[in-house]
Amino acid sequence: MAHINVPEGVPGIRSLVMFRPESGQHLYALAQVLLRGESPLTEAERELIAAYVSSRNECMFCMSSHAAAARYLFKDKKQVVDIVLDDYKSAPINEKLKSLLNIAGKVQINGKKVLPEDVEAARKQGANDREIHDTVLIAATFSMFNRYVDGLASLTPTDPKAYEEMGVRLGEKGYVLPNKS
Amino acid sequence: MAHIKLPEGLPGIRGPMAFRPETSKPLNEFAEVLLRSENSLTRGERELIATYVSSLNDCFFCQNAHGGIAQHYLQCDMDYIDSVKKNFESTDLSDKLKALLSIAGSVQKGGKNVTTAQIEKAKSLGATDIEIHDTVLISAAFCMFNRYVDGLGTWAPQDRNIYIERGPRRAAEGYLNFDLYNNK
Repeated sequence: MAHINVPEGVPGIRSLVMFRPESGQHLYALAQVLLRGESPLTEAERELIAAYVSSRNECMFCMSSHAAAARYLFKDKKQVVDIVLDDYKSAPINEKLKSLLNIAGKVQINGKKVLPEDVEAARKQGANDREIHDTVLIAATFSMFNRYVDGLASLTPTDPKAYEEMGVRLGEKGYVLPNKS
Repeated sequence: MAHIKLPEGLPGIRGPMAFRPETSKPLNEFAEVLLRSENSLTRGERELIATYVSSLNDCFFCQNAHGGIAQHYLQCDMDYIDSVKKNFESTDLSDKLKALLSIAGSVQKGGKNVTTAQIEKAKSLGATDIEIHDTVLISAAFCMFNRYVDGLGTWAPQDRNIYIERGPRRAAEGYLNFDLYNNK
């Protein structure tokens, strides 16, 4: 049971933003612009970074829902998602994305862990300022969402099918604030 | 030097905010609601939680910028803010606020570190569900802001007194509609 009186039966962050839409509306707006807005990184790549950071933070709800969104968006290449979550270095993804996942992993520990050589390595693989910026902000943002979801012990479904549905919804509709009803 | 090319001379989060206004908009609107809107936790208490979490994350810019604002609202000195960072249990803060700071500290380590016992203690001292929610979200939010500021290697003035001098102005202008390029 959640630590506070959020709507019953509603999973994860949805229950929290229904409890507190005043802050929740801006969190959804942030997720929408960061993960769906214009960016040199594809929506699938951004969801993958989100799932990877959530996995490192051991946030089951965020990891499962964003992995599902990434699978939906990667379409016929969806098998890369689980390989990345297991060991991104061995995954069939380009070297640029691997160097950005390295930066995201450092941000997850603490921002200061990102060293000039991490950024240099990403640049060598062709990453530009926007891609580095977006990677850092996605990793930082999920370091927030993960703590929000788990810090209030919100409902984490265990049925994989529940996440599959969330993945389709996030892939098709993006981040739409749930109604308080 | 920052890891990416940011407008020069802007301290801390102001550089990334100028770099990417599309994400700054929801970030600032979020900060405004979280730290300044009508709430049974005072603005000073919320800024103090933000300062405490930023010090746990060792983010120089955030702990001093928000420490300066907290100091202004709480009408205390820098030593007092530092004593909260170092050991809030030994300060004269209310037991309820101490219970909330303890929850914020657990969130900083990872959300799962928050225990039912911590929540029950906060509730027994009068904390409401909204206050517990907002404490968790402030702590989580600064785990984001701190990483954004340090993960891009942003620049920050090292003289802590600058942040104290600017505290009253930061408190007055809030997080919306301020001039990014005027940071006096």
